[in-house]
Amino acid sequence: MRRWPGRYGRYGRYGPGLAALVALAVLVVFPLAVSAPWLVTIGLFTLMYAALASAWNLVGGYAGYPSLGHAAFFGMGAYAEAIWWTHRTAGSGYGPFWTLPPIGLAVAAVAVPVAWVAMRTRTDVFAIVTITFLFVVQTLAFNLRGLTGGAQGVAMPVAPFAPATFERPFYYAMLALLVLALAMSYGVLHSRLGLALTAVRGDEDKARSVGVPVGAAKLTAFALSVVVTAMAGGVWAYYLSFIYPQFAVDPLLSIGMVLMVFLGGRGTLWGPVLGAFVVAPAQQYLAYRFGASQLYLLAYAALFVVVMLVMPRGALPTLRDRIRRAEARA
Amino acid sequence: MHEAVQAGVLGVLTGGVYALMASGQTLIFGVMKVVNLAQGALVILAAFLSHSLFTAWGVDPFLSVLIIAPLMFALGTAVQWLLLRPLHQDDAALLSLLVTFAVALGIEGALTLAYHTDYRTTRPAYVDRSWRIVGYQVGEVRLAAFALSLITLGGLWLLLSRTRFGRSVRATVQNPVAARLLGVETARVAALGFGLGAATAAAAGAVYGMVYSFNPNSHYDLISRLLSVVILGGLGSLGGTVVAALVMGIASSLVGALVSPVWSDFSFFVVLLAVLLLRPQGLFGARLRGAL
Repeated sequence: MRRWPGRYGRYGRYGPGLAALVALAVLVVFPLAVSAPWLVTIGLFTLMYAALASAWNLVGGYAGYPSLGHAAFFGMGAYAEAIWWTHRTAGSGYGPFWTLPPIGLAVAAVAVPVAWVAMRTRTDVFAIVTITFLFVVQTLAFNLRGLTGGAQGVAMPVAPFAPATFERPFYYAMLALLVLALAMSYGVLHSRLGLALTAVRGDEDKARSVGVPVGAAKLTAFALSVVVTAMAGGVWAYYLSFIYPQFAVDPLLSIGMVLMVFLGGRGTLWGPVLGAFVVAPAQQYLAYRFGASQLYLLAYAALFVVVMLVMPRGALPTLRDRIRRAEARA
Repeated sequence: MHEAVQAGVLGVLTGGVYALMASGQTLIFGVMKVVNLAQGALVILAAFLSHSLFTAWGVDPFLSVLIIAPLMFALGTAVQWLLLRPLHQDDAALLSLLVTFAVALGIEGALTLAYHTDYRTTRPAYVDRSWRIVGYQVGEVRLAAFALSLITLGGLWLLLSRTRFGRSVRATVQNPVAARLLGVETARVAALGFGLGAATAAAAGAVYGMVYSFNPNSHYDLISRLLSVVILGGLGSLGGTVVAALVMGIASSLVGALVSPVWSDFSFFVVLLAVLLLRPQGLFGARLRGAL
């Protein structure tokens, strides 16, 4: 649908695909080449945010429904994983990764009725409803003590991986999720579903009146988005092996996804990834160096305001326009 | 039965505080079609300011409203003028929603820097005093807070219905283009309207600080409750907001007394869900929208 404008460069029309493969190869090699575990940890969280932002983009970018409640699905995935494994042994350590797909699907099954109700409303009210849903889930995580352990949290078995390479399996799991999210995003963009979602974003009533199945399109996009989000939550829970309600269901996680998508460019394939690769490492590094969450709040707020005021469409579309204009002038 | 009535009385008083907090939000939505996610943070900011004035100089929390309200008014006007007004018009609703979220984060971050994260309460000498009215316990602070809510809401209503400024606000709410054609400076009205909404947070914050304990994170608790109230009342309807705040105050208080306090927050969400399923425009959304 939206192709790179102008000439495709010296690799011809395969340029973007080749670039993606090279990027993937670099990401695969990264944890093998870098010996410092903290760098791999930063990479792990960056990939997690890239996957989350890409998943958010399916609903918030393509369909134009800005969900502020995605952290709730992340938390549900995290709790499902932690509760399932809390009284089991992890064995070789890879077992908990295999429960992720069913957890993703199960959380998506829960999300569909929620989305069905929430999507009766438009933009701003939808944002309100979803953020309220987030607080519902957080309250449940605090209050259903029999299931979630309340404020004391849930513990999972610690993975029996060697300390020097402990992060690697989690890193690759997050990488797989990012590839999945991008594949979904690419598939959606190049299908009727993508066209339907673009129509919904443009003018939902008109789209409905010319026979676009708007309801089904919105719910499908939401479900796809939730599958990835919940699975990322599961990997996160297993990596930390101990989760608390206020961190598993965190409004900051929602706003992080939104910020990254807006920074990179909503409704584009690579925008969310770009946004995540800029914001997440900075955020992780600051937390690692200073451990001061208030600075990180202020930085988030400032970055957000700057993005909204200076380039509300995001970096990629703005850049693309610049290039197009420069080419037209040349 | 006695317990239920006692809870109901408490609920009405609490509802008054919610009405005060949510009225600013409704006003801002009415004037600008902006869902202000920073309203909770503004309330908490006012609570901290009132707390500081009380502990540093012994300023009575109710009197501190007179000092804080102009500050909040200036802050609200500045936020609207500097951050919201320049946004692109195509999707201003979404962008301004996110900008107000950013403002909330900024306030939370600044408060955390200044006050750290421990909980505090403003405790003037009369905070624990209460009256017995036909056998029911009524806290003095809560009653005074309720009165303050009534006064503020009454003042707001007078301002909107009886003054020139109020008329231009209502004109902007009903039809911004027509208002501009008739000579209303809608941009200025929007900024002042936002400031007014923020100023109501001063009164709400001073009261909140005496009734509840709070820390810089508390605005997350507030925001979902306020949004539930505003949606139940019908976005933009001041009267609807007051009714919805009372309904929510009573409901959560009854649940808290009869079921369990941990579930009292939940009554907000249940009501919200029911509203969205049965009547998405809220109680008074269709009829009173624009009429304020």
